[in-house]
Amino acid sequence: MDAILFLLFAAIAVACGINLVVQTHPISSAISLIGVMGALAVLYLLLGAEFMAAAQMIVYAGAIMVLFVFVIMLLNAGAEKKRNTATFAKIFGVPALVGFLGLVSFLIQKEMLPRTDHVKFGGFVDKDGKALGTAEAVGNALFTQYLLPFEVTSILILIAILGAVVLARKEI
Amino acid sequence: MQHLWLIPALPLAGFLINGLLGKRLPNLVVSIIACASVLASFGWVLKTLAALGPLEAAYVESYFPWIQSGTFQVGFDLSVDRLTAVMLLVVTGIGSLIHIYAVGYMAHEGGYYRFFAYLNLFMFFMLILVLGANFLLMFVGWEGVGLCSYLLIGFYILKKSAGDAAKKAFIVNRIGDFGFTLAMFLIVVNFGTLDFQRVFDAVRPMPIEQSAGLLTAVALLLFVGAAGKSAQVPLYVWLPDAMEGPTPVSALIHAATMVTAGVYMVARAAVIYQRAPVAMDVVALIGLLTAVMAATIGITQNDIKRVFAYSTVSQLGYMFLACGVGAFSAGIYHVVTHAFFKALLFLGAGSVIHALEGEQDLTRMGGLWKKIPITFGVLACAWVAIAGIPPFAGFYSKDEILLAAHHHAPWMYWVGVITAAITSFYVSRAMFLCFFGSYRGHHDHPHESPFVMWGPLAVLALLSLIGGWYFKVPHYLETLLPMQNVGHDTTLVMISVGAGFAGLGLAALMYVVKPELPGRLAGALGGLYRLVYNKYLVDELYNAVLVRPLVGGSRSLLWRVMDAGLVDGAVNGVGTAARSVGGVLRLLQSGNIRSYAAWVTLGCVAVLVALGLAAGGVR
Amino acid sequence: MPATVPLSWYLILSAILFGLGVAGFLFRRNIITVFMSIELMLNAVNLSFIAFSYQLKQVDGNIFALFVMVVAAAEAAVGLAIILTVFKNRATLTIDEVSTLKN
Repeated sequence: MDAILFLLFAAIAVACGINLVVQTHPISSAISLIGVMGALAVLYLLLGAEFMAAAQMIVYAGAIMVLFVFVIMLLNAGAEKKRNTATFAKIFGVPALVGFLGLVSFLIQKEMLPRTDHVKFGGFVDKDGKALGTAEAVGNALFTQYLLPFEVTSILILIAILGAVVLARKEI
Repeated sequence: MQHLWLIPALPLAGFLINGLLGKRLPNLVVSIIACASVLASFGWVLKTLAALGPLEAAYVESYFPWIQSGTFQVGFDLSVDRLTAVMLLVVTGIGSLIHIYAVGYMAHEGGYYRFFAYLNLFMFFMLILVLGANFLLMFVGWEGVGLCSYLLIGFYILKKSAGDAAKKAFIVNRIGDFGFTLAMFLIVVNFGTLDFQRVFDAVRPMPIEQSAGLLTAVALLLFVGAAGKSAQVPLYVWLPDAMEGPTPVSALIHAATMVTAGVYMVARAAVIYQRAPVAMDVVALIGLLTAVMAATIGITQNDIKRVFAYSTVSQLGYMFLACGVGAFSAGIYHVVTHAFFKALLFLGAGSVIHALEGEQDLTRMGGLWKKIPITFGVLACAWVAIAGIPPFAGFYSKDEILLAAHHHAPWMYWVGVITAAITSFYVSRAMFLCFFGSYRGHHDHPHESPFVMWGPLAVLALLSLIGGWYFKVPHYLETLLPMQNVGHDTTLVMISVGAGFAGLGLAALMYVVKPELPGRLAGALGGLYRLVYNKYLVDELYNAVLVRPLVGGSRSLLWRVMDAGLVDGAVNGVGTAARSVGGVLRLLQSGNIRSYAAWVTLGCVAVLVALGLAAGGVR
Repeated sequence: MPATVPLSWYLILSAILFGLGVAGFLFRRNIITVFMSIELMLNAVNLSFIAFSYQLKQVDGNIFALFVMVVAAAEAAVGLAIILTVFKNRATLTIDEVSTLKN
């Protein structure tokens, strides 16, 4: 069951990724990216990271991508104009990329397969049997061990807001 | 504590004051400072010698250790013994007289303060040379007087010939200094010290070397230095050219004091020379050769200062002859008397030149004894002194030398006598051409020199007349430089005096009685006369054999290849390399964002690969 | 078909998505598309983190992925503001035309 779900959503993710890179109009790319994020959220669930899956959908797909879409609409970005790609790239580009990724995949498989576990849904538990990917576990770690980075990121977000406001202001 | 350091320090103070402030001071103040410093030094010498008494042994004052390197030590030590005392009196006494003379001579010259500053600096270095108690301090003075000689010969900075002569003097001197330095190295290596007392104490028990050995090497190398400084063959060529300097300089440096430094050095190292007969023979031979050669050149020259310059070279040859045959004190005796009459000759010539407003050519003088009688009078005193006429100064010292030469090897005596005749001849020739006959020049009113000039001349004239008889120098130096018992052969004395008169008579015949005779003789002897007139073409020989190859080699090899090619090439090459590297790196900054992105990606990949390899690589 | 999925497959998926992100980053000309490729790369890395978190049975990987997400959010905000400014000044969204550096 896990395997079927994994293969399905992995295929969706890869397809959307290819679509993002290939499409000319940015809005199509944005929608593809949302698709990738959704697929990844399911994969996180399979890996037992419930909190992350939820955060992914809420923050990434729900906020960041919406922001992207806003900006695309605001700027009225059109489709990219066709340009003459070099013949070399046209013939060798895709096979080279496929070959390279295939090589990487093969190497990873050879390396990691004997050294890693098999993923089972519900297998993300610590030695006591407590689930680790829950909001409780994440929140526990976040507010005890990683408190300082957590507070710093709040300041980071504040700075980002300020920056964005200043940059996007209308010139006087 | 006699404070010997004051003797050189007073002229040094004069140099500093005149050198630093002289430009803003009036000429009178400059001359007072300069003369006062030297006179004060002379006074201090007198006081010190009076206080030290008979000076049986050397009196040494050590001030501070100068070099300390392991067991090798050189201290800043000044010492006075009888030899030093003689030299001190000559240097400071004649130095003071010449300073006073120069006040009058240089009165209308530019750079007045500079002249007196250099003159005082020269006095400082000469006194260090004479007072030094070790070879190294003497060498400091040695080099210093060479420097001052350069500065003063080239005093007329706008004349190219003066600058060339100054450079020639310094470079030829340097060759001699190289010999001196090698001798010092040998002494340090073999005796471990440069202090006179310690070196001579170590040398005294050593046996007399029959053939070439360590002491001969040291003695010969020291003599190379002396030959450079005291203008012996083959390093004499700078002295005639040094006449480009003002006449007081010629008198002080190139007659009375600096050129005698070589003789002083040989006399100081007498202990070494007495144990190296081979070296002594070389010294005597070269001295004799120089004496003859320079005397023959002197009879043909037309510039009055050149005649006296060659005369100086010749007389220095006599001094080295004396040292070479073992009569060191006779050599020093001749230094003293020569200082008197040669300084007088030069200063008198300066007086003549001053009277004629710059004329130096003997063929354009004549009949001046009526017009400048005082100058004529004092020069006549010098004339009889150098001709060796008894009982004047030159006779005593020259006779000592000739007698000692006869005792060593009779043929040297005969050559010396002939040279004495030639000496008398050329001085008489100069005097007759200058003062007798009719005036051949263009100047309307030759006027007598002021008292500030003929005053010192009068003192020197008195010394030339009675100095030999009054200052019995060899007797005084007996404890230090014993004279051999050569006996007093009256016949030999008569012959040498006769030679002096013969030269004078011949000159009178040729230049007063029958003035057309010299021209006919010169015509008859043709080529020989031209050879002698052109100084045996020695300068031309040196030029062709040494100077031109060196200059050409320097220009083509050292300048073009090494300096312009290698050094400039390396430096410029660095700049060019930096620029080309920059030119390549510039292409990174294209402004194209996508190329930046590509470079970033490439960099990341490189870092990852590096990390991966560092962590153990892919198995 | 095995019931469980080897972890290495997740890593392979992460690598593929990252590679696609790099390709888009290098070869697209629209600024916004380039930005989105960067977001794709970040997501791929997140997947990697969470996979290893499962492997090590520690929650730290999840925390890290959370922080990546936070930073990506901040970066997206500021980056898009910059893109707006660039568009205002240059009136173009093609990164090739943004350069004024004379070569």
